[in-house]
Amino acid sequence: MSLLSILGVLSSAIFSGTSLLYSTLGETIHQRSGIVNLGLEGVMLISASSGFAFTALTGRPYLGVLVAAIAGGIVNLIFGYLVINRKANQLASGLALMFFGFGASALIGKSSVGMKIYPLPRLSLPWIANLDVLYSSLFKFDLLIYLAIPAAFCVWWLLFKTRWGLGLRAVGENADAAYASGRNPMRIRFQALLLGGMLAGLGAAHLSIAYTMSWSEHMTAGRGFIAVALVIFSKWHPLRAIGGALLFSGAVAFQLLLQSSGVKVSPFLLDTIPYILTLLILIIWGGTRKNAAPAGLGRVYYGGQK
Amino acid sequence: MSNKPKKPSKFKENIKNIFLYLSRYLIMIVIVLVIFGLILVISGKNPLQSYHDIFAYTFGGWYGFSEVIVSMTPLLLTALAVAIPSRLGLINVGGEGQLYIGASFATWGALTFSNLPAWALIPLMILLGILGGALWAFLPGLFRSLGYVNETISTLLLNSIAPKIVAFLVFGFWHSPMDTNKTANFVAQARLPKLFNSRIDISFVIALLLLAAYWYIMRYSRWGLEMRAIGGNSQAAKRNGIPLSKYWIIMMCVGGAIAGLAGMAQVSGYFGVLLVNFSRGYGFMGFLISWLSFGDPIGILITTFIVSVVMTGGNLLQLTSGIPYAAVNILLALTLFVVLSRPVIFKRKTA
Repeated sequence: MSLLSILGVLSSAIFSGTSLLYSTLGETIHQRSGIVNLGLEGVMLISASSGFAFTALTGRPYLGVLVAAIAGGIVNLIFGYLVINRKANQLASGLALMFFGFGASALIGKSSVGMKIYPLPRLSLPWIANLDVLYSSLFKFDLLIYLAIPAAFCVWWLLFKTRWGLGLRAVGENADAAYASGRNPMRIRFQALLLGGMLAGLGAAHLSIAYTMSWSEHMTAGRGFIAVALVIFSKWHPLRAIGGALLFSGAVAFQLLLQSSGVKVSPFLLDTIPYILTLLILIIWGGTRKNAAPAGLGRVYYGGQK
Repeated sequence: MSNKPKKPSKFKENIKNIFLYLSRYLIMIVIVLVIFGLILVISGKNPLQSYHDIFAYTFGGWYGFSEVIVSMTPLLLTALAVAIPSRLGLINVGGEGQLYIGASFATWGALTFSNLPAWALIPLMILLGILGGALWAFLPGLFRSLGYVNETISTLLLNSIAPKIVAFLVFGFWHSPMDTNKTANFVAQARLPKLFNSRIDISFVIALLLLAAYWYIMRYSRWGLEMRAIGGNSQAAKRNGIPLSKYWIIMMCVGGAIAGLAGMAQVSGYFGVLLVNFSRGYGFMGFLISWLSFGDPIGILITTFIVSVVMTGGNLLQLTSGIPYAAVNILLALTLFVVLSRPVIFKRKTA
């Protein structure tokens, strides 16, 4: 196997892992505020389809990314209405949201199945552009990839270095105590959901507008669920989420390497590798995770009504 | 907002409250119909006609109604698969995966022993389906009891793996000469017997029996008491000498077994063939149903019925007016949103 094919695998692993990093960051934010959104899969599907449809209509990929992010935020606000205002069970609402995502994304994307789009433009870094064109074309990434790791640092800064982040984490640990100290748990949770949904939307946009450059039903293929798993793996910490996304990318790279090296294994079995690996890592990391979870995760905040 | 027992002196107030809640409910049902109607209008359909069609089809004749019952069967089973572990506070989101594995085990039986007579083959397939589902739920139960990983997340991940294993088996080994994405049709001995001259098969009766058994065991048996004790306060139950991990693992397996049975019933009763990606999210829907009804048997029955009416009606719309199945998912999700955002008319228990 040549260096070129290994680099090619690496490059496509980076492409496939980026969407996951964004959505893991998004889920981290709202889980830190105490809300589990199992419907991330649905959020991502709606974002991916609406971003793609918009790009296909207007030919403006950056606007498409924006639309995807906004769509993700809005869908998460619907979820917020259910679990924050109506105090519905978070897991069940998440799954309902997932079904909503299946349906809505298929309707939104129906007209743009098989359409060609202008994908997110790939920008070359100066010192990569100097390389041989074979190599430089592999490592010409789009803006969302370059921004993925800075985004993780941004989220870390937001959560751990700002007053807002302190409030958000306080709400996630104990909403009543946070309320007593002058925070508004409901508002903070809505803000967290909005921001988290927009990040998940960015990830989904990268998936459909930059990576696959197409829309098909169920294209996220369980990435929303993997993102939820990676949040646990990263112990609710945005910087460790980078590690989680790298892990997933590594699994995908391994899978691609096996395929390209001509090993006779069914592609369906290879497809299970990222999931099995995520599960295994969670098992190996077990035990130590217990105290990392926000104490108020999944709890309903009743406000002053109790 | 208050879960306090109602006092007779507040009788009038309660009646008023119930009316208030009911009217709120009604308003939200209207909202669902309006929103979905808008979606129908956008896709160029007449919403009133569509609603009328759904109603006339599902309640207007035996065939439509029998179809509702047909689609209730897997949902009842997957809801039970979630409800039973949930009594211990276990969150089994893995019905979907357990269903797939159960279906593939049963298919293996149907393909391998196709010359057995029906009285031997069908029990064997049921056993295999149960075994497959239980196996797929055993792992999360084991991981949980060893303290490795929470069952919510492990069942979710196993959900993504199971359909791929089925695809691997079907594409790799079992596919029929004609189609690569499904097995050959099962032989007649491998099909569950049909009832009432309709597509309802015997698995519906099994589902009802299991539901009744679940109700009885939870309510009147020692196991039920111990399970409720664990669900109420696992630490207290442990101090009282109830073996926690044993219950966790066994009840996950029981749940998985029932989901596996649902898978077996799907391939043996409904399809008569194993298709790649055959489930339309039955496992997830079962989870929703179980949580919406707090694991209560009657609640499961009613909620399953409502969901099935929506699904069957949606299928009809898909056939007659060319509305994509996606729209059915939206209608379903909107219905669920409404039920989830229910006013506090039911007591709020943790399921």
